[in-house]
Amino acid sequence: MVGLYVRDQDEAFAFYVEKLGFRVHTDVRNGDYRWLTVQHPDQPSFQLGLFTPGAPTHDAGTAQALREIVAKGAMPPLVLVVDDCRAAYDRVRARGVEFTQEPVDRYGTVDAGFRDPSGNG
Amino acid sequence: MATGLESKHERRYTSQDPELLRRLLRAKDRMDAASDEDWPVQRLARVSGVSAAHFARSFKEAFGVPPHRYLLTRRIERAAALLRDTDLSITEIAFETGWESLGTFGRTFRDVTGKSPGATRARERAAPYDLESVPECFLRAAHRPALTIAVSEKRRREACGTKGSEETEVA
Repeated sequence: MVGLYVRDQDEAFAFYVEKLGFRVHTDVRNGDYRWLTVQHPDQPSFQLGLFTPGAPTHDAGTAQALREIVAKGAMPPLVLVVDDCRAAYDRVRARGVEFTQEPVDRYGTVDAGFRDPSGNG
Repeated sequence: MATGLESKHERRYTSQDPELLRRLLRAKDRMDAASDEDWPVQRLARVSGVSAAHFARSFKEAFGVPPHRYLLTRRIERAAALLRDTDLSITEIAFETGWESLGTFGRTFRDVTGKSPGATRARERAAPYDLESVPECFLRAAHRPALTIAVSEKRRREACGTKGSEETEVA
């Protein structure tokens, strides 16, 4: 399992499930804290965690810094491996996914760039 | 007054609204995707939904460089990649990466990277690369020159003040 910081868990959940085809794996709440992970049907052994910075995990200053870092796209790359990049691009773009780079053919593979609503990409 | 001078050069951290930052990122992404196009501040500000003055100030605060200099680094990266990966002529590369004249391209490229486009092509082709497994957009971001000062300032420093500034930065 690898976690991402997102600005809003409901928004992130809708994005990864409705637009990218993930499904919920675990969604547990305890007060303000919500442990939320999704998985993709093609790779059920992997979970993607969608977490918001904030109490009780972070103090206010740290949470604000993390929110800023996510929003300016400074978190590490998130790469989804697909069978057919161009087809996947067409499919999820039609659902409103924000792309930063159209599919580019290089050295025999094709890649495209996208961002989630929070700024991860 | 020495402290005043120092504080001008050190980058102090100021908190910015994440919602604004996300919209500034969108403008930055748009420049990345089409760095050959013209990106006047008004156009970028529209992407971010803020005023031009607010955009220019906030962008520099968020990403450490003014928007036009950021765009310049993306154009230099694109040009260097095309020199490395294609057989396009240097003139074709200049126009394809957004410059309006070959002279400006050659001079700016040399000022930023320290090498002429021709020398860069020769050196890059001689060096072995293994970049297939790095996704394109991250590769582009990583190969951007770190231009911490304006090109005009870089020229001025290298000329040791013997020449007047003949032009300002290329936007």
